[in-house]
Amino acid sequence: MSDLHLQVNGDPRTVPGPATLLDLLGHLGIDPRMVVVELNREIVRRPRLGEVSLGEGDQIELVHFVGGG
Amino acid sequence: MTDLIDTPLTVGGRTFTSRLLVGTGKYRNNQEMVAAIAASGAEVVTVAVRRVDLDRTKEEGVLYHLDPSRCFLLANTAGCYTADDAIRYARLAREAGFNEFIKLEVIGDRDTLLPDTDGLLTATRTLAAEGFKVMAYTNDDLIAALRLEEAGAVAVMPLASPIGSGLGLLNPYSIRSIKQRLTVPVLVDAGVGTASDACLTMEQGVDGILMNTAIAEAEDPVAMATAMRYAVEAGRLAFLAGRMPRREIAVPSSPARGMLG
Repeated sequence: MSDLHLQVNGDPRTVPGPATLLDLLGHLGIDPRMVVVELNREIVRRPRLGEVSLGEGDQIELVHFVGGG
Repeated sequence: MTDLIDTPLTVGGRTFTSRLLVGTGKYRNNQEMVAAIAASGAEVVTVAVRRVDLDRTKEEGVLYHLDPSRCFLLANTAGCYTADDAIRYARLAREAGFNEFIKLEVIGDRDTLLPDTDGLLTATRTLAAEGFKVMAYTNDDLIAALRLEEAGAVAVMPLASPIGSGLGLLNPYSIRSIKQRLTVPVLVDAGVGTASDACLTMEQGVDGILMNTAIAEAEDPVAMATAMRYAVEAGRLAFLAGRMPRREIAVPSSPARGMLG
């Protein structure tokens, strides 16, 4: 058990390890149905979020739709 | 009324109820956005892909306010300045799971937000090969439009004038020439400021218009959305009706015969 130091949407975040992407979303209070997840620039599809383990220094992007033209 | 005379708009195999497409940006609040979209009668509604704000998730996500079962969500790649960035955003948008359409923007200049046609062509080829239905925002340039069609775009979207400028239709001739030469739908995107701009644009014979700022920044967006709905229908009907020729001399409307002696 050790802390994982991540970059989430460009900001440093620390979460207790081991953790999956689904754990990270839970930690951040984000509904997985409302976001698309990129891990180190690769999209991780929703059904796999609970299978993909996070590693030290991982870069995660969480995106969604906002108003735009 | 229009549907008695007109055929519906079909893009990339999908048929849409309205020739007016609207954006969801820059509204003063979400209630006003929802009411304006309803008043516009638009079915296609554009959205942007952005990072979730990790501190205030619930308020900014547009899907908390729009019902995806009642509108067709068209994601854009607004803000992208390279083909690679636009491709990345398009892939993220598709992963949200609504459809394979993307309104492709590759911007070439920060002051004018004019498109980078080289980047657009590169991104269109890549995305079309990946099964995307690319609707490409481009200049009012016939050659760029033809190349985008060849590259696999399902619709080409030339600008009326720069994004958010409200300058109206600057080059009706270019828009007409693009419409006359392309097989895929031509949807004018960006630049209209008020209802007469939309009407004049539709009178050029294009298949539809996408707008955002003209409605969102109007003093009363719901009233402007209503005006735009009628303007798009009026312009479309006027185009289908076929206007009278322009003449340099007057021709009386009342009979010359039968005047008093």
